Amino acid sequence: MAESKKLYAEDGREIIIKTDHLCIQFGGLKAVDDVNLEIKQGELYGLIGPNGAGKTTVFNLLTGVYKPTYGKVYLCGENLTGKAPAEVNKKGIARTFQNIRLFNNLTVIENVMVGLANQIPCSVFTSVVRLPGHKKSEAEFYEKALEILKVFKLDEFKDYLAANLPYGKQRKLEIARAMATNPKLLLLDEPAAGMNPNETQELMDTITFIREKYNITILLIEHDMRLVGGICEKLTVLNFGTELAKGETSEVLANPEVIKAYIGE
Amino acid sequence: MKLKNLKIKSYLNYILIAAATVFFLVLSLTGNLKTSTAYLLEEMAIKIMLAVSLSLVVGFLGELSLGHAGFMCVGAYLGGKVAAMLVGPLGNSFLTLVIALVVGGICAGVCGFLIGLPALRLRGDYLAITTLAFGEIVRTIFQNTSAETFGGPIGLPTPRFNDKYFYVICFILVLVTLFVIQNLIRSKHGRAIKAIRDNEIAARATGINVTRYKLLGFIMSAVFAGLAGVLYSYTKFNVSSQIFDYNYSIEILVIVVLGGMGSINGSIISAIAITFLNRELANVLTGDLAILKDLVYALILIVIVIYKNAPALKGFREKYNFKALTAKLTKKKAAAASAEKEEG
Amino acid sequence: MEFLTTFVNGLSLGGIYAMIALGYTMVYGIAKMLNFAHGDIIMVGGYTISLFLGANPIVAILASMIFCMLLGVVVEKVAYKPLRGASPLAVLITAIGVSYLLQSIAQMLFGSAPKFIVIADLGILKIGELAIGYSTIITLACSVVVMVALSLFVKFSKTGRAMVAVSEDKGAAQLMGINVNRIIMITFAIGSALAALASVFFLLKAPTMSPTFGSLPGIKAFTAAVIGGIGSIPGAMIGGLLLGVIECFAQAVPAISPYTDAIEFSILIILLLVKPSGLLGKMRREKV
Repeated sequence: MAESKKLYAEDGREIIIKTDHLCIQFGGLKAVDDVNLEIKQGELYGLIGPNGAGKTTVFNLLTGVYKPTYGKVYLCGENLTGKAPAEVNKKGIARTFQNIRLFNNLTVIENVMVGLANQIPCSVFTSVVRLPGHKKSEAEFYEKALEILKVFKLDEFKDYLAANLPYGKQRKLEIARAMATNPKLLLLDEPAAGMNPNETQELMDTITFIREKYNITILLIEHDMRLVGGICEKLTVLNFGTELAKGETSEVLANPEVIKAYIGE
Repeated sequence: MKLKNLKIKSYLNYILIAAATVFFLVLSLTGNLKTSTAYLLEEMAIKIMLAVSLSLVVGFLGELSLGHAGFMCVGAYLGGKVAAMLVGPLGNSFLTLVIALVVGGICAGVCGFLIGLPALRLRGDYLAITTLAFGEIVRTIFQNTSAETFGGPIGLPTPRFNDKYFYVICFILVLVTLFVIQNLIRSKHGRAIKAIRDNEIAARATGINVTRYKLLGFIMSAVFAGLAGVLYSYTKFNVSSQIFDYNYSIEILVIVVLGGMGSINGSIISAIAITFLNRELANVLTGDLAILKDLVYALILIVIVIYKNAPALKGFREKYNFKALTAKLTKKKAAAASAEKEEG
Repeated sequence: MEFLTTFVNGLSLGGIYAMIALGYTMVYGIAKMLNFAHGDIIMVGGYTISLFLGANPIVAILASMIFCMLLGVVVEKVAYKPLRGASPLAVLITAIGVSYLLQSIAQMLFGSAPKFIVIADLGILKIGELAIGYSTIITLACSVVVMVALSLFVKFSKTGRAMVAVSEDKGAAQLMGINVNRIIMITFAIGSALAALASVFFLLKAPTMSPTFGSLPGIKAFTAAVIGGIGSIPGAMIGGLLLGVIECFAQAVPAISPYTDAIEFSILIILLLVKPSGLLGKMRREKV
């Protein structure tokens, strides 16, 4: 079928995520209207816009939390429109949330182990009867989770309850958990919200580092212009649910329309 | 990883229960076990199974079920009926019991599946009322059956299995319950179930199949409640639907809450303590005084829940809890030891 | 004729359910909690009436309503207020504890045996073949008055509108200068007074009271509130009337009358599966 054919950009790089005239309506309100994203393999792409522009709604559409009223979502050429969130994650989109959503009563390492669930198979029967496969898979869970925690410099906190981590570390853990699901595309929803300049800098370093290490494609929503200007290669600016501008970061940020939407006339 | 440490700790409850069973078995083999104690042990075992299975749904999956007695009712009636029918051809044998357990467990499990379905769509309070309604429906249906089928209001006559040692079988089933539920909890599936409890939206986004795990939780919980029901039918000569009303479900819930949500050992201890106290207090408090027991339980329940959950008491809880206290003590000891060393 | 009698009886019973359901639904809307002890307030109301029956029945009823209002407020202050902001499960379990506490206190004071409490013997109205108890008519009339009064109160009084505001958004209401604690207190007071009033009508129907009397009507009324859409005042009324009528018709048919409760609860489950927020309830979606 044509729908699951891989897509390539003009420069030969694979297009990881593509949305086709994405729209969603709540009652009479068009929260997202005709959004066309196209992000290439390995890109770090920013989605910016004033409050209420529909940025998080786009994330919810990409991850299957909402079903679009109109339009389609393609991941590596495969149509994901209308799939449930868990299914979308299995296909390769992982995300973080604006208001941190960790498994608060699980430890830091367990949070990451939950993220690994679909990578390491082990049936309910195997676990309940404690067949040898269970022990092997648990050891694998532990090792892989620890490895990921080390990348995020969270390994020394591995036995803390997630709820007891400091704020900045919670954000990082959420990214670590998302990375554990082995995604092709990582969606970060305001990862620097509420962070002080030091924490933001640390976060920027982490994002650049995992991007290089895992060669992953990242789409992020952010308000912190320093972070956006510092690490994003391309941007899409949303305003009232529609695309106001898109393109190279420096061009977009210099666009008078964008400045007007942000600062007002 | 502190694997060795974990091992002894995680098997401790099996070992203790098995040891206690053997201890009582020796007592009864030497003729030193009172029949009333044997009955109490049966009751405890059944309560432990009910509490541990409910704990799976309430403490780990985070869904409030007020119909646990309904699953027990299904197990007691259907398992009891099968046993009563098989006693003729097979005799009151072990085989009869096993078949009754299988039938009772499966039927309760099917009900668990049916109640799990609304659990996928309904949240919190709505689900609580649905489970409550389920329990009442089951009870009403059995209450109005004819005398030939399930005995109706008179109740279903059931066989009793080898009076004296039945508690041993009950405790073997407690061990089975623990084995299955504890192993489930301590696996990737248990982590997924707890993740759903903590944050369902994040669990979905992390690729957890919420539908599957919710159904699994409800079915497993129901199966063991059903098995407890079959055992219950064996401990009585007659199963009457009035027992399985919503107060019974609440009683099990109280056991789980008092034991601490999400703690299997807590549920076990609490089930043993409450069954024991129920029995002892029933002997001491007779007539109108009997109600004092309920009064005290209600008060304890309210106080514990407020103490454990009130946002205003958060600081207090963190300062004065068992863990912090022991940590403090060990620290003091360590400090004293190091001080001694320095002096020496 | 029989049909009409059953229908009127159903409406009257439904009126009582609606009255109790209003308490559930208002508390749910405003305090976002399931007050499981609400049904037991009915029982407390019934016993309180019996204490004052030596005087005028009207005085007894008023005294019972005032006592239940105070009780409702005290329960809220002592048991529920400390848990505001805690998990809904904790609050629900506390409410279950309060329910047990009230039942056992009643049993200590009045014994477990049912007690006869005759408020008044009103006789039966006969129009041709139609025979309806005066108590039924009074119940129906009173419940209509209560529902209309409550709707007007919520819609037009300052306190009533503050209640709507609190149920919409507690935080915003507080910022607008509404004393949320006071509103919650008033809600509990009104709900409890209605429960006490409901006990009067139950006693007019059948003059006995026992410590566990409140459980079943409580659960039924709660079912009614959920069917109507919990949190919605008109929903509670519709749900209550619907449930009352269904119950009376189910009881009128000998073949299915023993299954009345099962039928009512099955309707609840089926309705919730089809429409998870009840008939008039608003679907609240968790924001992602």
